[in-house]
Amino acid sequence: MNIATNQIHPVGSEHAEWDMVIEPHGKILDFKLRDVWHYRDLLWLLVRRDFVSFYKQTILGPFWFFIQPLFTTLIYTFIFGNLAGISTEGIPKPLFYMAGITAWNYFAECLTKTSTVFKDNSNVFGKVYFPRLIMPLSIVVSTLIKFAVQMLMFLILMGYYGLKGGSFHITSYLLLFPFLVILMALLGLGLGMIISALTTKYRDLVFLVTFGIQLLMYATTVVYPLTAAPEKYKFLIALNPMTPIIETLRLGFLGEGSFSWVYLGASTAITLFITLFGILIFNKVERNFIDTI
Amino acid sequence: MSVAIKIENLSKAYQIGEISTGTVSRDIERWWAKKRGKEDPFLKIGEANDRSTKGKSDVVWSLRDVNFEIEQGAAVGIIGRNGAGKSTLLKLLSRVTAPTSGIIKAKGRIASLLEVGTGFHPDLTGRENIFLNGAILGMRKKEIEKKFDEIVDFAGIERYIDTPVKRYSSGMYVRLAFAVAAHLDSEILIVDEVLAVGDAEFQKKCLGKMGQVSVGEGRTVLFVSHNLNSIATLCTSGIILQNGELALKGEISEVISRYNSERTNGHSKRIKKISEGKKAWLCDVLIAETKTGSEFIEANDAIFITVEVEASIELENVYIGFGINDVYGYRIFTLFSKFFNKKYSLKKGLNNITCTLNSMPLKPGNYNVEIFIGNDFETFDYYDSGLQFEILTPADYQFLLPDQSQGSVLVKQEWQ
Repeated sequence: MNIATNQIHPVGSEHAEWDMVIEPHGKILDFKLRDVWHYRDLLWLLVRRDFVSFYKQTILGPFWFFIQPLFTTLIYTFIFGNLAGISTEGIPKPLFYMAGITAWNYFAECLTKTSTVFKDNSNVFGKVYFPRLIMPLSIVVSTLIKFAVQMLMFLILMGYYGLKGGSFHITSYLLLFPFLVILMALLGLGLGMIISALTTKYRDLVFLVTFGIQLLMYATTVVYPLTAAPEKYKFLIALNPMTPIIETLRLGFLGEGSFSWVYLGASTAITLFITLFGILIFNKVERNFIDTI
Repeated sequence: MSVAIKIENLSKAYQIGEISTGTVSRDIERWWAKKRGKEDPFLKIGEANDRSTKGKSDVVWSLRDVNFEIEQGAAVGIIGRNGAGKSTLLKLLSRVTAPTSGIIKAKGRIASLLEVGTGFHPDLTGRENIFLNGAILGMRKKEIEKKFDEIVDFAGIERYIDTPVKRYSSGMYVRLAFAVAAHLDSEILIVDEVLAVGDAEFQKKCLGKMGQVSVGEGRTVLFVSHNLNSIATLCTSGIILQNGELALKGEISEVISRYNSERTNGHSKRIKKISEGKKAWLCDVLIAETKTGSEFIEANDAIFITVEVEASIELENVYIGFGINDVYGYRIFTLFSKFFNKKYSLKKGLNNITCTLNSMPLKPGNYNVEIFIGNDFETFDYYDSGLQFEILTPADYQFLLPDQSQGSVLVKQEWQ
């Protein structure tokens, strides 16, 4: 007979001899990063899947990545630039808007996609265990590819306006670019994970996300420079962690934007806090969400 | 031999009913109780998960205080009725969800085949899906590369390996999915009903592979299935779960015979009426010999099956169906009034409906009957839990009975 009889052992010291122990409650400060590291291949395969499945059976393939920001840029140039006449500090309008839109889209897409990660993957999550954190991470990386393609288009547009003699110039703040991308990714990821954890039980929040992101965009310096913001709200807008990121990015690429180490530092601190909090709450929810979704 | 899995006081509670507006206030109460170090106030009323009786609270224990150990290299079959907690146990073991209380300890990696093909993407090719699926199941890329040829070979889809899987036939799809999962390098393998797919030949191949996994490679296999045949073939020992509790563990033959005997509730006046929310429901079933009305039925007797159905409203165009299964759950034949376009009108209250057979073509042995009451659009009642009857060997019969390879029925035959 292969099954031993009922035995109840005291739980505790002898945990060491087991490779895996499943308990009702995990440790509070367990980021499960080692688990994630073991599954790193899965991360790349998921990114590949997202990318490949995006362009399969399309004619233009990855070129679709261009369409959305291009049209948004055109619309913003017309509405905010020409109709509303909001200042772009002398920078060619399409360049100004596209810089903001590209960055904002990256953040917004990380956030929205991450916020529905449990719902979208419930069939996979309900069948197999892997560190759930892999999914949002793969979203952030897949979206990064899209972001890179869109940045490329931005650079082409820069080249075009450069030849036409537009008034802009690259500054040394451009060196901060990789850091800014990481900040945006973490911020989108962290906020998205917090929302995703809450939406497993209360679906209502999903509706708030689309709306909230739009509102947040106007509280960020996407369609206007920080210098053009009303004095009353300037402080609040600058405190928004996305504002220093976009401002610094514009300063780096176009030579126009407000920069202060204080604001960028605050933005970094807020981002890190949100990310860590997001991971914790996400890991807590992943243990049981399949029962409630 | 050492212990591979050890389960201590494992329990899992589920909240049934709607999760909606009420949950916020309950969550706050729960949180407050937890803060003060008290028990969850909504889990206090403990109930066994018996679907046929209505519970008092909206919390059910899908598993309750389950304790057992599994030795390394064992192949263990887990059986039980629907809702006995089998799937919950597997979900806990494969870490899809966390237990409410108790602890599971395991030596080695646990891989679960809860459903083959999890994470397959229709647009990706077979090759890409092998890697993706393997990685989801916990394999490193290098491991998959090493086993790639073996997987393709086992699935027998070499020609289509670079075709998107959405163009695969369903058989190919399942074969590929199973092949990936079967080549996992884990010490403990959890298998749930995967063999219910594919054609007979492939099922055999899967069974062979599972057997090889447990016997040849010394890995521990936990196997859940309704198909007692494959459990009997594959497993050395078994566990019966009943209403979330461990009813028996032991040798597989002992477990299967006990499980079968427990399913026997007799075949008359034993129906647990569940009328709630139904338009019509089953009250009683009688399977008896036509002439005498005796419930002792011999092979090839003329029989009748009468059901007593109670309806809460008048119903038209009702069909009645009986499915006759062997003890392993295989359907032998189906009696269905729809086959002969016979529609019944049910009056409010009790109705009797009878189906007669000139000859009951079953070999001596035990059989289960499933009963369906419904119309073209909905099922009013469906009864499938343990309604067993026995076919006896005719007293004057002294000849050969057909064995397994000669089919599962004994058709009445006259030889000139």
